[in-house]
Amino acid sequence: MSQSPPRPNSYRAGPDEQGHFGLFGGRFVAETLMPCILEVEKAWAEAGADPAFKAELDHYLAHYVGRPSPLYFAARSTAELGGAKIYLKREDLNHTGAHKINNCMGQILLARRMGKQRIIAETGAGQHGVATATVCALFGLKCVIYMGATDIARQAPNVFRMKLLGAEVKPVTSGAGTLKDAMNDALRDWVANVDDTYYLIGTAAGPHPYPAMVRDLQCVIGEETRGQIMEAEGRLPDSLVACIGGGSNAIGFFHPFLDEPGIDIVGIEAAGHGIESGKHAASMAGGAPGVLHGNRTYLLQDSEGQITEAHSISAGLDYPGVGPEHAWLKEQGRVRYVPVTDTQALEAFQTLTRWEGIIPALESAHALAHAFQAAPDLPGDHVMVVNLSGRGDKDVATVAEHLGNAEVSS
Amino acid sequence: MTAHPSDDRLARRFADLKAAGRGGLVVYVMAHDPDAATAQAILDGLPAAGADIIELGLPFSDPMADGPAIQLAGQRALAAGGSLKGALDALARFRETDSETPVILMGYYNPIYRMGPETFAARAAEAGADGLICVDLPPEEAAELADPLRAHGLHLIMLAAPTTDEARLPAVLRRASGFLYYVSITGITGTRSADAETVACAVERLKAAADLPVAVGFGIKTPEQAATMAGLADAAVVGSAVVSELAGSLDAEGRAGPHTVSRVHALVGRLAAGVRGDPPSGQS
Repeated sequence: MSQSPPRPNSYRAGPDEQGHFGLFGGRFVAETLMPCILEVEKAWAEAGADPAFKAELDHYLAHYVGRPSPLYFAARSTAELGGAKIYLKREDLNHTGAHKINNCMGQILLARRMGKQRIIAETGAGQHGVATATVCALFGLKCVIYMGATDIARQAPNVFRMKLLGAEVKPVTSGAGTLKDAMNDALRDWVANVDDTYYLIGTAAGPHPYPAMVRDLQCVIGEETRGQIMEAEGRLPDSLVACIGGGSNAIGFFHPFLDEPGIDIVGIEAAGHGIESGKHAASMAGGAPGVLHGNRTYLLQDSEGQITEAHSISAGLDYPGVGPEHAWLKEQGRVRYVPVTDTQALEAFQTLTRWEGIIPALESAHALAHAFQAAPDLPGDHVMVVNLSGRGDKDVATVAEHLGNAEVSS
Repeated sequence: MTAHPSDDRLARRFADLKAAGRGGLVVYVMAHDPDAATAQAILDGLPAAGADIIELGLPFSDPMADGPAIQLAGQRALAAGGSLKGALDALARFRETDSETPVILMGYYNPIYRMGPETFAARAAEAGADGLICVDLPPEEAAELADPLRAHGLHLIMLAAPTTDEARLPAVLRRASGFLYYVSITGITGTRSADAETVACAVERLKAAADLPVAVGFGIKTPEQAATMAGLADAAVVGSAVVSELAGSLDAEGRAGPHTVSRVHALVGRLAAGVRGDPPSGQS
């Protein structure tokens, strides 16, 4: 890798026909699943060409999800930091409280088009599980959510939400009982129920066409931001910041801006206790290319190619891989990927809450931590947009546990 | 260099089976399960117990196509220090006493990719492997591994599934070598079993399209099922049942018991008797 790759004409042209973003992406699945994946790909291409599909999706995004989400000028944060102007893209205000619903709404309409009656999904913290159970309730479809037994124990409210919404929550005890194991079991379910089942993957990862499809569905974030910042500032932003687990909020936010050469685009990985500690979820800063869950991407793994456990205070970032398009954008040097620790995220979580009256998701707090650190050193006319990917109500118990109740009530 | 046909243990074994007028028994065991020494003893004794072909499982942390039995086998192997390198070492030791029984490695791509396809192919050939089944490497992604394998005289054994339709089959067959592995159910290993009639139709379709032996696997548990499937095709693969027999012999801490090796070999013996049409021995 001593030679940097030639600069492409566009950073928005991928993937190729086989689902590759350069070295990354692809379709690394068992033969039994290949025909299913090809079927999803074909259906997605047909839906994309059908104006009725887009009209239906737009209808639900406007009237059910509550789009467009606001672009909010964080005046107090900007004043306190004394540097860049900080805007927040308010994905936390969507129905179900995060960007996840953008993807679920699109994929559930696709599943309906394909005539699938049973929906399966994996979930870590439970946010994608709740969003999936929500759209299944909306359309009366059977819903099975795979969730690691460890995660079920630490995310009880979301488990109850999913059950209220009519979903069956299946505990996954294989491996360490976390998100990657839930994804393994969802894939095993899909192999066994290919005829009637649609696998609604929650992030811009997995076998082609999922990374591209989820990105396309999340691009509504970046497209809205473009129009909103033009209205507010009369120009495009100077920098964009978003957190990365699998990376779906970030890729949807970044993608419409990738070919704008002047914009500094920054993805924030979860560094847990610090990259050097080995206890982190930063697959690009601390991992290596590998193949898992249907795609080639950066993975946390040992020298023998065994996948290792991720660690982050934020369950939504607690995954040992990353979407393949991010892996490619890293290699291209178009997006900077920066690690932020649990401690930094906790501090930003409290800071935004106090300054703006907005409790951010711990995932989004990783992006805020970087923004708050960078803003003071930037000029007053620098326009920075942070994607506030979700709200933090789900995280208050976790935060209380880490801070101790005395400090929270002070 | 490509292997000369006469060096091809796999082709020879299938020719011998054909001459004997029966299908073969393919036995899957997980390398390093439950520990290196026990796994070696099991592996070394498989040919005498009646395995015609051996599939040596490569432990992986995230075996997406496997059911609980093989998942647990992989976890035991990894906990005991198993790895791809360790599996190749075990195979090399097996080859010190057996130069005739074909051994196919079966696993997932990431450990192989991490080692490097070229390095892997060279080491696997040196250890005495005859081929590889890479579960999560469909023909669309197989080129980067298929070329090094071929250069080292190793077969890349492709999977065909009930979902593999006429449109896809040619793409699978273009990469296939050694034999074709028919995944007889839509599902993971060691769960439900296919009915004979459906499998017979599928095997007929594959044989018409490919000039390769066909082995049937997934969900074959008993000597009777093995006999039926081996009769319909060129071989039957038994994995989860063997691994479960091993698991049943372990103590509460997952350590090998005094009968672990003998119980596995006894089950293989019963399966082999079924495939060979021998009368049941009654006791084993």
